[in-house]
Amino acid sequence: MSNAPPLLAARGLRFARNEQPVFGPLAFSVDAGEALLVQGDNGAGKTTLLRVLAGLLRADEGTIEIDGRPAAPGLRARAIAYLGHLPALKADLTALENLHFLCGLHGRRKGQLPEHALAIVGLAGYEDTLARQLSAGQKKRLSLARLWLAPAPLWLLDEPYANLDLEGINLVNRMVQAHLREGGAALLTTHGAYAAPPVRTRMLQLERAA
Amino acid sequence: MHPLVRWFHQLGSPPYFDRFAARWTPVAYIAGILVMAYGVWAALFQVPADYQQGDSFRILYIHVPAAWMSLFVFGLMAFYSAIALVWRIKLCEILAMACAPIGAAFTLITLATGSIWGKPMWGTWWDWDPRLTTELILLFLYLGVIGLYNAIEDRRSAARAAGLLAIVGVALLPVIRYSVVWWNSLHQGQTISLFGKSHMDASMLPPLFAMIVATKLWFIGSLLARARADNLRREAGKDWVLRLARGTEASR
Amino acid sequence: MMASAARALIARDARLLWRRRGDALQPALFALLVVVLFALALGGEARALERVAAPVLWLASLLAGLLALDTLFRGDAEDGSLEQWMLAPVPLSWLVLVRTFMHWATTALPLLIATPVLGELLHLPRAQLPVLVGSLALGTPLLSLLGAVVAALTVGMRRSGILVALLALPLYVPVLVFGAGSVAVAAQGLDATAPLLLLGAGLVLALVLAPLAAAAAIRIALT
Repeated sequence: MSNAPPLLAARGLRFARNEQPVFGPLAFSVDAGEALLVQGDNGAGKTTLLRVLAGLLRADEGTIEIDGRPAAPGLRARAIAYLGHLPALKADLTALENLHFLCGLHGRRKGQLPEHALAIVGLAGYEDTLARQLSAGQKKRLSLARLWLAPAPLWLLDEPYANLDLEGINLVNRMVQAHLREGGAALLTTHGAYAAPPVRTRMLQLERAA
Repeated sequence: MHPLVRWFHQLGSPPYFDRFAARWTPVAYIAGILVMAYGVWAALFQVPADYQQGDSFRILYIHVPAAWMSLFVFGLMAFYSAIALVWRIKLCEILAMACAPIGAAFTLITLATGSIWGKPMWGTWWDWDPRLTTELILLFLYLGVIGLYNAIEDRRSAARAAGLLAIVGVALLPVIRYSVVWWNSLHQGQTISLFGKSHMDASMLPPLFAMIVATKLWFIGSLLARARADNLRREAGKDWVLRLARGTEASR
Repeated sequence: MMASAARALIARDARLLWRRRGDALQPALFALLVVVLFALALGGEARALERVAAPVLWLASLLAGLLALDTLFRGDAEDGSLEQWMLAPVPLSWLVLVRTFMHWATTALPLLIATPVLGELLHLPRAQLPVLVGSLALGTPLLSLLGAVVAALTVGMRRSGILVALLALPLYVPVLVFGAGSVAVAAQGLDATAPLLLLGAGLVLALVLAPLAAAAAIRIALT
């Protein structure tokens, strides 16, 4: 166990919408090489929590630290890769063109090429297919390819198993495993316990606020 | 902590603000009405008629305070919005959004009285006078803020978006005014300004001061009343609101 | 980082434009419609038209730009791209600036090129054409930047319709005044440099401030 500060540490995190509490106060941390599984029913606030951690929403109370430092926007952007409900793919661009754009936007992990990433997620041969022609599962795989190419160490994955078949679920687990092995960390939400990745995992249970 | 600062913090608490507003709204309204009564009476009966415009100039006693208020309220709205955006203070969001309809009303009064005042001089109900044209655009800015605030579902996001618009508007208002003045001079040469070159005689000023004070008091009363209503609506369902509602019913 | 993000965004938008080439001509087509309607309403007589030709063309460009504003952020908001822009390591305001530039290039530039042709339809006096095109060249980017703030404020909404026009109008007034006014000044035989310089100054200011305001608005709208 190293003495390095956790990749992500949250303390006293609280969020309310329209005066209704959504979650909080929460305190947890994610170390490098670790996965945190956030479980809860629909409406328990899992997506909101991830969006708060990613920086898309601001918490009403509490602090978030990345690598022991307060989460400033620049630091957060470089440290976090977020996979949300919307795939962020342009329907009129091909799979490869979408990846090229997203790599230009977020940067690209050293030694990884978009073509290889497509092969890893099982979309080899679909490089020149327009995103509108891909099925929901294939779009999800394309998003996973984007995730694979991202240089950020911390993955925030909101319902990563949605739209995927059994093989796709295994793919996600394999990717998370490889990512953790290289010193990254992952935070996943799911409302089913069946899809836990085979890595050192801790659980965070969210319950719907009364 | 300095007592004034402490009072500001207290004011941010919704129940405290509700009590504060409930107490001071009638005071502001009554004081405003009294001063306005004096102002209107003095404007109509005490002040001598203008040697150029006769009695029709008397409407300036409503037009001028209303015009100044329309601008002042917009600036105040932008000020509250800036605080709300930077420090995320809910009360300032509420106050900023409560300013908008009041400011819009003052703008409408300015336009209507300006039009009535202009009729004897221009011969028409409307002339593209630079001041009135700027007021018209100001009205659209107000309507935009109100429209945006009402179009967004989440009240806090709505207040912040409308507040940002108010800030952009207040920054552009001098530019708009300058451009309208330039435009007017380009196409119409010299216009008959509503005020003319004559400055006001000292005997004409007291009712004007009275009306300026009166409109400010009225504005304070109206602002507190609207802010109180918005505050209650946002806090609906909370214990203190339920107790307030039940308490009112029980005392009937 | 900022340069590579800008290159990537420009390449993306250029590709998207190419895939939907027809859409690029819509603003120019709308301007043509406006011109035709004005001509029909005014009677088609050369003397009547040439007096109003420049202002009508300015209005046509402004209205076409207003209509095109809807496509500035809507597509990216709906498919989650805007979210990723917010999470990128480059400033959101930079991406907004690049996006607005590409949007202007694809919607207003064709219109600018079509202006001489549209001018012929309205019997625009030849002498006014250079000032008109100059004022539009400075004014339409300014309208795009101001429009970006309005589009950002309404990005979350489904049917914003008249609200966008209402919000944009007060912001557009100075641009319209100095833009159309510069041609009026030139038509009177006077020097139109002053209003054109004001437009230029406004454009420089807007290049810096409008993306910042629009980025703030996007953050507010997407929470």
